[in-house]
Amino acid sequence: MAKYLMLKHYRGAPAAVNDVPMDQWTPNEVSAHMRYMSDFATRLQETGEFVDSQALAAEGTFVRYDGAGNPPVTDGPFLETKDLIAGWMVIDVDSYERAIELAGELSAAPGAGGKPIHEWLEVRPLLAVPPTITE
Amino acid sequence: MDEALIRSLIPDVLGILRRRGADFMAAEDAVQEALIEAIRAWSTELPQDPKGWLVTVAWRKFVDSARADTARHRREERLADDPNSPSATPTADDTLQLYFRCAHPSLTPSSAVALTLRAVGGLTTRQIAEAYLVPEATMAQRISRAKRTVAGARFDQTGDLATVLRVLYLVFNEGYSGDIDLAAEAIRLTRQLADVADHPEVAGLLALMLLHHARRASRMTSTGSLVPLAEQDRTKWDTSSIAEGVAILQSALRRDRLGEFQAQAAIAALHADARTTAETDWPQIVEWYDELAQLSDSPIVQLNRAVAVGEATGPEAGLDALGALNETLPRYAAVAAYLHERAGQLTTAARLYAEAAGKATNIAERNHLTRQAARLNTDLLG
Repeated sequence: MAKYLMLKHYRGAPAAVNDVPMDQWTPNEVSAHMRYMSDFATRLQETGEFVDSQALAAEGTFVRYDGAGNPPVTDGPFLETKDLIAGWMVIDVDSYERAIELAGELSAAPGAGGKPIHEWLEVRPLLAVPPTITE
Repeated sequence: MDEALIRSLIPDVLGILRRRGADFMAAEDAVQEALIEAIRAWSTELPQDPKGWLVTVAWRKFVDSARADTARHRREERLADDPNSPSATPTADDTLQLYFRCAHPSLTPSSAVALTLRAVGGLTTRQIAEAYLVPEATMAQRISRAKRTVAGARFDQTGDLATVLRVLYLVFNEGYSGDIDLAAEAIRLTRQLADVADHPEVAGLLALMLLHHARRASRMTSTGSLVPLAEQDRTKWDTSSIAEGVAILQSALRRDRLGEFQAQAAIAALHADARTTAETDWPQIVEWYDELAQLSDSPIVQLNRAVAVGEATGPEAGLDALGALNETLPRYAAVAAYLHERAGQLTTAARLYAEAAGKATNIAERNHLTRQAARLNTDLLG
């Protein structure tokens, strides 16, 4: 039992095989893609492996502390930032192998021409609670 | 309200419904509904006969749902006619079969854990979901799939006790410390199992849990930092839990059927027996790790053995033992860092602690290892 984050990037991941930007798909292809994602989440709910799924807006703001009494400084978005997260799904599975299997399925979501995108998803384990027995 | 009391009644209530002819899937659902109703209804006052109350409500739920199911209508009506037949008393064997069913080898570990906590442990789906930090809907699905998987399982021969013990060990060891104390629940369920399954490994697991649970108060600082065994305040250890664990272990060992859990418990007992780290009987701990290595192919055993060798014979010997192992093992770098520090190789130790922190699988351990690296680096620079 371990939780994994499947991370989808707008930018920063290696190029997908079927690397056509979404705004150049047909409307039906966009709908088919959305349906695939939602069916995938539903299926994970049914297998008891779904934890969370969120999508992020493409633009964000950088914020930092600017000393006592001052309002925080905001800046950006920095267009040169290499990595940009599009969204994520958190799963709770029995093994690392299962996490990889599911990420592979998610990466097969259809894109342009109705063909799988083969996009690169990043799989990251969530840090857990410490086990009771260690020695 | 004493939720532990309600939980302890659940296997019997389920057993009674099963004895009356209800199938496992429907009976378990009915008991869960009765449990949720009990938690609500008993918040002000406990009924005179809590078990009778649960049986009555669960049976009513079962009959209601059976009536709704027209295909089963006739059969369940007949069953409902005589709910108090003499055969309706569950036996110890019914309880044992329930454990076997919920930890059936066809289930994945997470499914077996969830089903055991609900059907044997008497926890609600919501409580289990909160304990394992997943949505309630996800946990509900996990449990109902598990139930479907084992619904038709037959138990003509003795079930797999080892699988049951593995599930209880998982509940104890990976128990998230939320509102529900899963470690305490695991102990309660193992104690209950020991009442119906006379086996030295059941006793061994119970002893192991008690001996580790005894150190609970000393394992974390008030701010949630991990305190390693060597630095724990041993006056905070629960001596009655230790005494009970040791007694259970000794009587199990006398039966001369050593198993993995008894060997692990023996190691825990030797730690518990030492008033200070320095007084620990490390040579005997190494011997127990050697025994354990015969019983388990877990790489953790070999890593921990290297630590014990380091304490018994010296850090160089510990590093030699470690050198024979695969560097990709989890916690390898952490053990190496510790042994190198003991050997006085502080630069290497600092680097390895930082490397181990990067590989840690939980936050408390990562923070602990980062602090160790920071401590050595500060000393080295200062």
